[in-house]
Amino acid sequence: MSDLDERCASLRAQITATEAQLTGLKRELASAQEAAAAKSNSAELSDNQQVQSKSASRWPLLQEEYKRYGRQMIVSQVGLEGQLKLRAAKVLLVGAGGLGCPAAQYLAGAGVGTLGLIDGDTVEVSNLHRQVLHRSHNVGKYKVDSAIESLRELNPHPTYIAHRTHLTPSEAPRIFAQYDFILDCTDNPATRYLISDTAVLLGKPLVSASALRTDGQLMVLNNPPRPPGDKQGGPCYRCVFPKPPPADSVVSCADGGILGPVVGTMGVLQALEAIKVITAGAGNGEAQNTGTGAQQSPLLHMFSAYSNPLFRTIRIRSRRTNCAVCSAEATVTLDTITSGSTDYVFFCGSALPPSLLAPDERISAREYNEKYPGSDHGSQGSSASPSHTMIDVRDKVQFGICSLGDSINIPISNILASTSTGETPSWVPAGLAASESNDPIYVVCRLGNDSQLAVQRLKELGLDRGGQRYIGDIRGGLRAWREQVDPEWPEY
Amino acid sequence: MSDGAKGAAGPSIPITVEFTGGLELLFGNERKHKVSLPACMEDGNPTNIAYLLPYLVDNLMQDQRKEMFIMEDNVRPGILVLINDADWELEGEETYELQPGDNIVFVSTLHGG
Repeated sequence: MSDLDERCASLRAQITATEAQLTGLKRELASAQEAAAAKSNSAELSDNQQVQSKSASRWPLLQEEYKRYGRQMIVSQVGLEGQLKLRAAKVLLVGAGGLGCPAAQYLAGAGVGTLGLIDGDTVEVSNLHRQVLHRSHNVGKYKVDSAIESLRELNPHPTYIAHRTHLTPSEAPRIFAQYDFILDCTDNPATRYLISDTAVLLGKPLVSASALRTDGQLMVLNNPPRPPGDKQGGPCYRCVFPKPPPADSVVSCADGGILGPVVGTMGVLQALEAIKVITAGAGNGEAQNTGTGAQQSPLLHMFSAYSNPLFRTIRIRSRRTNCAVCSAEATVTLDTITSGSTDYVFFCGSALPPSLLAPDERISAREYNEKYPGSDHGSQGSSASPSHTMIDVRDKVQFGICSLGDSINIPISNILASTSTGETPSWVPAGLAASESNDPIYVVCRLGNDSQLAVQRLKELGLDRGGQRYIGDIRGGLRAWREQVDPEWPEY
Repeated sequence: MSDGAKGAAGPSIPITVEFTGGLELLFGNERKHKVSLPACMEDGNPTNIAYLLPYLVDNLMQDQRKEMFIMEDNVRPGILVLINDADWELEGEETYELQPGDNIVFVSTLHGG
């Protein structure tokens, strides 16, 4: 696509979004006018109930809205007051993925007046099992546009605002300023710190959630939102995690996997916590709604799909007296964020793909295939290529999805497990440990990272017989195998 | 289940240790472990969390990458320690003295979404 085409597409999208915003404003104006008219009418006609009932304009919500939101409005914690608070609320969701989709769906359904979504990614097929607003026909489209398309079908009343970009420090304060409540639906530590810092400095409460594999976590932060230095304010992300985790310990959903309903549960809970905070103070009598966390100690909610119980809630600390953002000793300000002197990428580090092996310890997928043709045929026994050993170090589950015909599976977790020094670990195949053969050993994994660790470990164990036997890995792993050798290899 | 009071004479403290958020992968993929610790440390003081950390590395951890659990003699950043369902920062962190029946949970923070 040429730059001009892209520019046109972007302008068209912006026009659509602006038109939607305009529609929302017109609707707001109409109901404001109705409300003003109703006020003067009711003063004049207060002694005449029947005349009054003819005028729809004295009701603060549209007729359709009473029907649409009736089931939640009759819940005592919400009521009409809560519904009006929701309609007045402006909520920003950072991330339109596994958390953002279900969260946005429930907030739009509940009638939040303005919903902003920010995400620079486009929809991929591998997103669809969990990112429930995206449709198969929208693969390739901006996630925020795809999401808003679905949301508008669900509820045309809210104003939807699309931010087709990844959140950057230079833009974050300007964007956050347009909203009064933030949902962190992102997937990396650097953005999580940026969101929390900006939310604290602009006085916005924040619901932060995350999920991986079968587990999820959720916290309501900066609630109540108070200026830095005010101990009555809720803790921020930095209070709970003053130091980021080492970059190589951070696992993404793409690498670790994720169950749709797990991340969905967390996204739905984010919407719930947002509704609780936004409608706080509404309702009446015993059901007086105090919102979330403001009156009690801050909490971390943990969900674990295969544990019993499924949910566990723990008390966490209050504001940290030396927090870099929300304490009196704060060093992070809006200026240091926008200027870049608070460097989130540096703070969190980045996990560069390891390059532990020398070039001659690695072989490309194509070269390997040329050397040992037939390895890609699942029916092949080891007899086809008897002159080498191929070790696949992915975990058992991934090996079960697809594997090279003559490979053996030794998961990397076994290889890295500690063993008493001097002993040959039990996972080393007897043939390899005992044989006097110098037939080469190759190691493969999904992307070519773990295979390097494995090669190192095999050499440490002396399986290379002091260099007489070749041990190396397949550069780029099975992804490269698909790209260079077998286009039908399953990409999962 | 693993029991390791290392044959120490004297009373022992039975506790439960749990790993979640992916940390269980470092501990033989088992979330829940029953552990029995000596009631006193070598210096005679009651056994605390500071004693427990290296104990877990030496006795329960199966992955050789110690730095995925311990850095600079403390749990690595990104791991929350919970003592009976409260953040350990509310309980004195590593100076907390273990009581029989305590439930200590190590949670790795998640970042996916």
